Amino acid sequence: MYDNLWLIPLFPFVGFLINGLLGKKIRNEKIIGAIATLAIFSSFVVSCHYFMQLLDDPQKIHQVVVAKWITAGPLHVNWEFLLDPLSGLMILNVSGLATLITLYSIGYMHGEEGYARFFSYMNLFAFAMLMLVLGGNALVLFVGWEGVGLCSYLLIGYYYEKKSASDAGKKAFVVNRVGDFGFLLGLFTLFWSLGQKGVWTINFVEIAENVHLLENGGLVVTVVTLCFFLGATGKSAQIPLYTWLPDAMEGPTPVSALIHAATMVTAGVYMIARMNGLFAMAPDTMMTIAIVGAATALFAATIGLAQNDIKRVLAYSTVSQLGYMFLAMGVGAFTAGIFHLLTHAFFKACLFLGSGSVIHGMHHAFHHAHLNDDPQDMRNMGGLRKKMPITFITFLCSTLAISGIPFFSGFFSKDEILWWSFASTRGHWILWAVGAFAALLTAFYMFRLVFMTFFGEQKTAAAAKDHIPESPFVITFPLMVLATLATFGGLLGVPHALGKLFGHMPNILEEFLAPVFEHTQHLHEIHAHGSASTEYMFMSISVAIAVVGIGIAWVMYCKNPELPGRFVAAFPKLHRAVFNKWYIDEFYDAMVVNPTKKLGTVLWQIFDARFVDGLVNGVAKVVRGSGRVLRYTQTGYTHNYALSMAVGVVVIIAICVIN
Amino acid sequence: MSEHLLSLMTFFPILGMFIVLLLPRNAGGLLKSVALVVSLITFVISLPLALDPVFKTSAGMHYTEFAEWISVGKYFTMNYSLGVDGISLWLVMLTTFIMPIAILSTWQAVTKHVKAYMAMMLLLETAMLGAFVSLDLFLFYIFWELMLIPMYFMIGIWGGANRIYAAVKFFIYTAVGSLLMLVAILFIYYQAVNSGMDISGFSVTDFYNLSLDPQLQRWLFLAFAFSFAIKVPMFPVHTWLPDAHTEAPTAGSVILAAVMLKMGTYGYLRFAMPLFPEALRYYLPYLTALAVIGIIYGALVAMMQKDVKKLVAYSSVSHLGFVMLGIFALNTVGVSGAVLQMINHGISTGALFLIVGFIYERRHTRLISEFGGLSTSMPVFAVIFMIVTLSSIGLPGTNGFVGEFMILMGAFQGELRWFAVLATSGVILAAVYMLWMFQRVMFGKLDNPKNRDLKDLSLRELCVMAPLLVFIFWIGVCPNTFLDKMTPAVDHMIEQISGKKPIVVPQVLPATPGQGHAAHIQAVEHGEHHE
Repeated sequence: MYDNLWLIPLFPFVGFLINGLLGKKIRNEKIIGAIATLAIFSSFVVSCHYFMQLLDDPQKIHQVVVAKWITAGPLHVNWEFLLDPLSGLMILNVSGLATLITLYSIGYMHGEEGYARFFSYMNLFAFAMLMLVLGGNALVLFVGWEGVGLCSYLLIGYYYEKKSASDAGKKAFVVNRVGDFGFLLGLFTLFWSLGQKGVWTINFVEIAENVHLLENGGLVVTVVTLCFFLGATGKSAQIPLYTWLPDAMEGPTPVSALIHAATMVTAGVYMIARMNGLFAMAPDTMMTIAIVGAATALFAATIGLAQNDIKRVLAYSTVSQLGYMFLAMGVGAFTAGIFHLLTHAFFKACLFLGSGSVIHGMHHAFHHAHLNDDPQDMRNMGGLRKKMPITFITFLCSTLAISGIPFFSGFFSKDEILWWSFASTRGHWILWAVGAFAALLTAFYMFRLVFMTFFGEQKTAAAAKDHIPESPFVITFPLMVLATLATFGGLLGVPHALGKLFGHMPNILEEFLAPVFEHTQHLHEIHAHGSASTEYMFMSISVAIAVVGIGIAWVMYCKNPELPGRFVAAFPKLHRAVFNKWYIDEFYDAMVVNPTKKLGTVLWQIFDARFVDGLVNGVAKVVRGSGRVLRYTQTGYTHNYALSMAVGVVVIIAICVIN
Repeated sequence: MSEHLLSLMTFFPILGMFIVLLLPRNAGGLLKSVALVVSLITFVISLPLALDPVFKTSAGMHYTEFAEWISVGKYFTMNYSLGVDGISLWLVMLTTFIMPIAILSTWQAVTKHVKAYMAMMLLLETAMLGAFVSLDLFLFYIFWELMLIPMYFMIGIWGGANRIYAAVKFFIYTAVGSLLMLVAILFIYYQAVNSGMDISGFSVTDFYNLSLDPQLQRWLFLAFAFSFAIKVPMFPVHTWLPDAHTEAPTAGSVILAAVMLKMGTYGYLRFAMPLFPEALRYYLPYLTALAVIGIIYGALVAMMQKDVKKLVAYSSVSHLGFVMLGIFALNTVGVSGAVLQMINHGISTGALFLIVGFIYERRHTRLISEFGGLSTSMPVFAVIFMIVTLSSIGLPGTNGFVGEFMILMGAFQGELRWFAVLATSGVILAAVYMLWMFQRVMFGKLDNPKNRDLKDLSLRELCVMAPLLVFIFWIGVCPNTFLDKMTPAVDHMIEQISGKKPIVVPQVLPATPGQGHAAHIQAVEHGEHHE
């Protein structure tokens, strides 16, 4: 029934090959774009087909082995896929969003050099991401994991002539490799420790069936899960490995939307959900995840407050929202985390594409006026709502969603996370408080962005002012679809407390995902002091927080636009620290990057060149030197040789006599 | 035919060498063509080995040949004894596969003394093949030493500016090691003769059964280990390698990296370790430490290099450290991974040296700072370079990943867990030095005017790279082609070395109902030893 699952990643791969190999010959932008969009759309259609089939199927977990991959001793790795409700949702999410964003790119990338290259990479990314979510064992997942990392590297460095772009790409790859180091160690430890119990496997289903062999809460599971979590912090940009994501904004905006907001960066969350049974056995790790998640949510939000580049604000917002997802994972609210993953994919993709639409318009205007102003700097914008009405409306919907305004999608998912971070057996009020404060900041910086961009006076240079167009349909269509999803997507997971009010509306998502998280259901039990009335109270607090955040933004950026300047003047040091991202990059450079380089130089020039080669060349010199000296004994005179012979004979005789 | 296949294969290049020598000195193109054809025919001769299914099931030596050669009463007997098993099989194939590529790469690079160059190449091929198929330790030694001579001349005559220093350093370094090994070989032989054992010449398989005093084993092992360590090269006796690689002509570097370094790792696996298992056990932690230091040290030093070729040379030190780590893991996953990684390194690093050769032929410099932005002027080259770089980094889907993953996983299962943890950090460093180099050479603005008009790869250059690219993906996606034929011999070798049967677990089918019929893959295991 599910034998042809491999078709899903195959289509984009074929698209990648066509555009990658023949793109230069095709030349026609429309055909290149159509091939890429069609390739990923086909895989969306197939995904839908299998998803429907899965909905009707009482059996929810299906494995398909395509071929053997690595076989040696106890290690058996297959090319295999796993379709269950979790991966089913993910393939829909990935292929659907990729289709919309590829379509959008046809308009956005118009006229760019390397058009075919861009689309082939986008398809390759979709291929890798689909492998990641469909992978039936840790190694196939890792293929996708590294594959998306590669595409991210290639697409961040798409404008490879720009040093900052190729630097950012390299940084992303290397930082992710640090995470991969963790992932591999986790995998080795898991394989070995399960092997000690007689089960040699890296297959997800088998791992889930056999984790009980390991000691619950023991050292082994803690180490394994912490290592995997290190991998997740790399890919999903969490503390301490988040620094690559803001730099990744060097890539074209559709890339930021697809890879660095909606899909790839959620891979870490997905991976933890995929191995939820294992993680649930390690309470220490879970606590670490929750703390790191909450801390990242808050920390990144603070940096988002002071950025002026529209994409950078969104980048820090992504880091922050991913923090919420990890917070959910950490308190055992896996469904809530996946729910937020989905809604975030909708509204953040829409926000990025919206910002892309703005940048596209600004770029057009500046280009028209022959100005070199930065089209991404919000200080050059303002009042755009009249120039770009569709972009504005869609952007506003998504901003309301991310801020947590009731009945927009983000409200449901974020609220559920906050609720569980308090009410779950693994929750704590501090986690909730941190999350809630971050939500306040989120509402503030997002509306700061909206007010600076779409409201107030237009601050664009006069020559360019009147040349900002609304984007073409191929760009606005995906925006409208995504805005719709961002607005209504929350209905997938209406919390029980609210569902009751609306005549027993079910939490569709929770029911659907139940087979995946059945072993960890116990974590989902509500803490003693959690009840429906408390839940209503928390909901109201969330709403109040969002409204306050928006209100402050309105006061500062609409009512009294001179307020931010006064604030900066009052706390110059604080502002500088926030603006410079708390100097974390500088800290890493000083602590890790530069010492490593120095060590390399020392090893090379001191140890290699002086010590080892000094020894080697020294021996050679001694040999040559002694040869030069001994040469003088070879005089060529017979009497010299006769003399030494005579001495020799005497010595030998003397020895014999003495003995 | 098949009973003399190995002899035919080994000596066919020498036959070709004589043909080359008979040709006129100034017939440049003809000389190259003859050499190319000879090496291609050698490859074809060797092909039945790779296709033979016997290696899937049998761990022993096949295609064996035996003839008495030198016999001086009972004081000295050596035989002409050849054979291949699943381990040497792939090294033989790697050699015959790389040679035509190396020769094709010289088409424009070598213009002086073409005749001598081609003769050297063919002589070198015979020596390398001979070393891999020798089952008589003395015969092995002859081939081993024979390899040195053509390589010495290749570096010394056709090398770069500092070629004499590099050639002499290469020769003396290796010769010092070999001499120690020669002493050890003779010592074992007379030990065996004096013990009254029934041995046939310097037969390795007979020597395996020799029980030597542990204290004595340690000394003999050290002699072998030192000699092979120089060849690998292991830290800290690696310093000949960067010089030799930098000065050698492209084809020389390719052969050196792809095949000759494997002589060292092969030597450990075939001779040093199974001959002296007890000494190995004693030295194992130290050797493993050296392998891991090599991984990290090579990577750190590679990172700071200013010369592309030197960077690749140091990356070899790092990669060969991985191979040694896998061998020292002494389990199926680790050792198979190591043997696979020997092939991978031959392909990937061979390809990297070819790539460096391409840009050197265009610009006559290898300094990273002289380049930048080449992606703009050479787009096809950029793609190929990227693929090879990724393979060297070990990206999943390419050959490098499978090898590295198996080695690390194997090492992690053994006693060497902490070493494996350290070695895994090499994965990060590899990305750093390779991508940084790639960025500085290929990305950025094309601002050096000398780079502006560089031609993209020619058809010949594409032909040189194409087979390597095929294997980069082949091994990455379907390594079982190679692993299947290697595992029996590897298991046998591990048993020989450690005295324990390696763990083999039959494949368990995915147990969930409702799975597709594709899941029913036959478990084709050759043992059911379960632990």
